[in-house]
Amino acid sequence: MHCWIMAASPISSSGPRVARTMLGQVVLPGEELLLPDSAGPGTEGSAEQTLRLGAVVRPRTRVVCGPGLRRCGDRLLVTKCGRLRHKEPSGGGSGGGGGGVYWVDSQQKRYVPVKGDHVIGIVTAKSGDLFKVDVGGSEPASLSYLAFEGATKRNRPNVQVGDLIYGQFVVANKDMEPEMVCIDSNGRANGMGVIGQDGLLFKVTLGLIRKLLAPDCEIIQEIGKLYPLEIVFGMNGRIWVKARTIQQTLILANVLEACEHMTTEQRKQIFSRLSES
Amino acid sequence: MTLRTQAARESDVVRSDNIPLGVFPCTFGETGGGAMEATSKPKLSKNLMRMKFMQRGLDAETKKQLEEEEKKIISEEHWYLDLPELKEKESFIIEEQSFMLCEDLLYGRMSFRGFNPEIEKLMVQMNAKHKEEEVEDVTMEADVSDEEMARRYETLVGTIGKKFAKKRDRAQYDEDENGNIRPVKAKKTFLKPQD
Repeated sequence: MHCWIMAASPISSSGPRVARTMLGQVVLPGEELLLPDSAGPGTEGSAEQTLRLGAVVRPRTRVVCGPGLRRCGDRLLVTKCGRLRHKEPSGGGSGGGGGGVYWVDSQQKRYVPVKGDHVIGIVTAKSGDLFKVDVGGSEPASLSYLAFEGATKRNRPNVQVGDLIYGQFVVANKDMEPEMVCIDSNGRANGMGVIGQDGLLFKVTLGLIRKLLAPDCEIIQEIGKLYPLEIVFGMNGRIWVKARTIQQTLILANVLEACEHMTTEQRKQIFSRLSES
Repeated sequence: MTLRTQAARESDVVRSDNIPLGVFPCTFGETGGGAMEATSKPKLSKNLMRMKFMQRGLDAETKKQLEEEEKKIISEEHWYLDLPELKEKESFIIEEQSFMLCEDLLYGRMSFRGFNPEIEKLMVQMNAKHKEEEVEDVTMEADVSDEEMARRYETLVGTIGKKFAKKRDRAQYDEDENGNIRPVKAKKTFLKPQD
């Protein structure tokens, strides 16, 4: 039976909770979440009535369940531990997010390939027409030599073993080997391809990457004011940095690795010290 | 129909050689055709009737009858499940494993303070695309200014005109210092001699 239990109650009491009341709270794997009624708030009376009559409450708007959540009948099943987040659909949007998106904001170090993600890979082998690229997943991704901008059978791209590649996945599921490409659907590179010489590649957690790539990230803005530099973020937890001198590059790498565990004041102190020197 | 024409052809061949029929030891039929008899209509198999060349000569009615017979055969052979109709459960929940849909993340390549100008241009492009998807940039940046375009077209008229002008008229086109052909302003017409 569907029971309406407020969020403050302990998990041990039976019954799934409504997703909307759980936003920002920690959820554990195995919990079930109810989707709110499409009629909107203030219809608790009618909802209870329908429950008494035995009819199943079906949400009319389409809801997208993101990473960390799974569909389980009419409810959402949590598969990762973290905080539950929700995003309302944008006003004039193309209807893709009608009803909003729910997901679990979790932290992990191991990357699982996902279609559409931009990642940094290291070329490990070159076999005929195919490159094998290590992306940090369970198996190396395959990259065809024709998947570069302006590549033809005669005009092959200049890729060697050990090169860094910035590309996106076109095929990434648990049943098949992941495949990546370095062009978009129009055939243009858009910044993808072989990443240039020098620079430093290091690994961080996946949560930090998402935090740094958020639109309002202060860390990136402050870093940009220090000195001329170039950064590439891969969704597989890899960051590549390059600055004019080796010392600047190393400072940058250390700052990015450490800023995950620093508070805002500590970070500001460090940046002010750096900008002085 | 086709049988008859075949038979007629064969008989013509024999007659054109001016050899009397009786000379040949083998006995042909009355029409001179093969082993087929033309007196009674032979019974043709269903498969033969279904072939394309047989269908052309048929009436519409016989065609319909053949089609119906075929459908009957097919529907009898069809297997079907004797189960009640299950209503397809429409799911209103879509599963997506990508974070790109959830959080509006910026583009992964960044460059600051002019380290890599191409990447900086790309940053502006990609982030603008991501923020304002509806507003499309209609005004394209013009590589060549309008004045220069007008100048080029002026000389272009002259160049193309020269191509189609006759040999005598080509001398009228004089070249600029830059090699641009200035179009001719006045054409030489017949001047009536004054008395």
